[in-house]
Amino acid sequence: MSMKRQNFTRLALTYLVVLIMFVIILYPLAWIIGSSFNPGQSLSGSSIIPKNATLAHYKQLFDTSKMNYIYWYINSLKVSILTMIFTVILVSLTAYSFSRYRFVGRKNGLMTFLILQMIPNFAALIAIYILATLTHLIDTHLGLICVYVGGQIPMNTWLMKGYLDTIPKELDESAKIDGAGHLRIFFQIVMPLATPIIAVVALFAFIAPFGDFIIASILLRTEKNYTLAVGLYDLVAKQFGAEFTTFAAGAVLIAVPIAILFLSFQRFFVSGLTAGGTKG
Amino acid sequence: MSEALSYPTNHRKKALILSIIPGLGQLYNKQILKGIAFLVLSAAFIFVFKDLLNLGLWGLVTLGEIPFEDHSIFLLVYGILSIIVLVFGLGFYIFNLRDAYKIGKRRDGDESISTIKEQYRNLVDNGFPYLIMSPGFLLLVFVVIFPIIFVILLAFTNYDLYHTPPAKLVDWVGFKNFLEIFQVDIWRQTFFSVLAWTLVWTFVATTFQVALGIFLAILVNQKDVKGKAIMRTVFILPWAVPAFVSILVFAGMFNESFGAINRDILGFFGIEGLPWMTEPLFTRIALILIQTWLGFPFIFAMTTGVLQSIPQDLYEAATVDGASNFQKFKNITLPLVLFATAPVIITQYTFNFNNFNLIYLFNGGGPAVPNQNAGGTDILISWIYRLTMTSAQYSKAATLTMLLSIIVIGVALWQFKRTKSFQEEDMM
Repeated sequence: MSMKRQNFTRLALTYLVVLIMFVIILYPLAWIIGSSFNPGQSLSGSSIIPKNATLAHYKQLFDTSKMNYIYWYINSLKVSILTMIFTVILVSLTAYSFSRYRFVGRKNGLMTFLILQMIPNFAALIAIYILATLTHLIDTHLGLICVYVGGQIPMNTWLMKGYLDTIPKELDESAKIDGAGHLRIFFQIVMPLATPIIAVVALFAFIAPFGDFIIASILLRTEKNYTLAVGLYDLVAKQFGAEFTTFAAGAVLIAVPIAILFLSFQRFFVSGLTAGGTKG
Repeated sequence: MSEALSYPTNHRKKALILSIIPGLGQLYNKQILKGIAFLVLSAAFIFVFKDLLNLGLWGLVTLGEIPFEDHSIFLLVYGILSIIVLVFGLGFYIFNLRDAYKIGKRRDGDESISTIKEQYRNLVDNGFPYLIMSPGFLLLVFVVIFPIIFVILLAFTNYDLYHTPPAKLVDWVGFKNFLEIFQVDIWRQTFFSVLAWTLVWTFVATTFQVALGIFLAILVNQKDVKGKAIMRTVFILPWAVPAFVSILVFAGMFNESFGAINRDILGFFGIEGLPWMTEPLFTRIALILIQTWLGFPFIFAMTTGVLQSIPQDLYEAATVDGASNFQKFKNITLPLVLFATAPVIITQYTFNFNNFNLIYLFNGGGPAVPNQNAGGTDILISWIYRLTMTSAQYSKAATLTMLLSIIVIGVALWQFKRTKSFQEEDMM
């Protein structure tokens, strides 16, 4: 009898905690969605379920003559996707050489990568700024992509190398005996087996530039070139409160697609991360 | 070595000495093609980089002599470039010496020298890793290593608002910046108060998010809890929404005039509005709460994965031995979870140590505090940003970057040395 009671209280407490967490998690999300439908520019007198819900703020975002929001969106996607592609290519190549070849400088190279991944690459923001000015890459997306890709290499190389180490070497050795060249072993034997970790690296390489604020805010100067993080902050910082509902609509339009994308890849992501992460 | 001395011929020494001019040693070793290639390469190297090396090395030492004509910072950049070029050149030079000596030795030992075809095969086999690494490596040199060298050098100059090229020259000042941070009152006070808050912030915020993540994962993972799928989806949500969006939303919620926290929630309980944005203590509390909200899902997801991989028979065996639920938790679940997630938890600490986005986007590192040149919630990295972007204290910012990097690298290296996966790596 007491066992049953104990079980009941345990379960009841569990559900209570879960309920409280649900409220804490969902309230801010509901609040911002509610705000985005509120009529008027400021939030005074608004409520979480607006009385006269309006789509005006969403329409305003798409009006390119007044707002650059659409450009920011395109810029963010462009920068993130290109960063992702280049990172995957470069990281696969470096991780493969570190995992499969024994060459002069390998140990020092690995050590360097390990140390470099600990220093966030925006720590050297002064240098990045000056170097970009010097090479006329300031205010260009090319410069931004270069910095992002370079910054992604050390950490992801370690991550991927950890995973490649778990793929048995006998596979490429037997392929070599059968006469396969270096490139063929790389493309046809090792890379197909490494798809899970490639997906993880790709996702990392997409999310990091998408969410980055600091480097983009240093390099990008014209409003039309902004990425979403910089643009949205600008929108808020310029006249906080005065245009909060427009900001809310902008935030919802970013959060919803990204969250859906994320949730659908999530399982894959966590398994790949534990596989590579605990090894490397 | 005595064996080596007994060779009748002395090709290796002659080849080595001739290689002082790259290529001649190879020609002496009768590797005509290689020798010519080396000669041409070194001639091209000198021809192409002569001016850069000349200007760069001069600039690096003097940082320019005439204002308006010499731009100290550009000279510094050229200086670093020439050092990078020199390092590559030296690497090639050493390779050339070694190659000549090795081939010479083989000739001394009367071994056959590889033919052009064999040389080509050798080059492909040994050169392949270098070849496929070179694009990534080059990019790394220019966007990561170059800036780091630049910042290190900048820390030893007086580059700030009053020494801005081209009107003024920048000079080397040795360790003056480091001394000033520890000796001048305003710098010392600011540095130590920012450092203290950075450490408290890192420790408290990370511990909260880790503890909450592990706690919720264990809670949801109980066998008789219904609705696991929906719970897991909702608990992942804060991670799924891009952090900068959530932070800006929270900045709105904590806003003192229209934010929902003061107006709707605290108002509901009859509490007067709290100064979230203007009182450092309240801003700090808000930041820690927000980071907990943002950070726990990651730990939650990792822990859930680990929990699902713990074999059930461990628990069954414990039940047979008469262990209570708490004992099972303490002796089976927790050690296994902590062991498997330890590397991830460490990265969470380093991440929060440098969590610029949250600090800056929430309240710009503010509110302002008297008697120091950093805001009340500035951590080291956001203080560096403030010094660079708003007050143009470049050399001080660089000095602080160095101090910050030393802390991060020190802690991380110490930690990595202890983790198993690093020790297992065949570092040969």
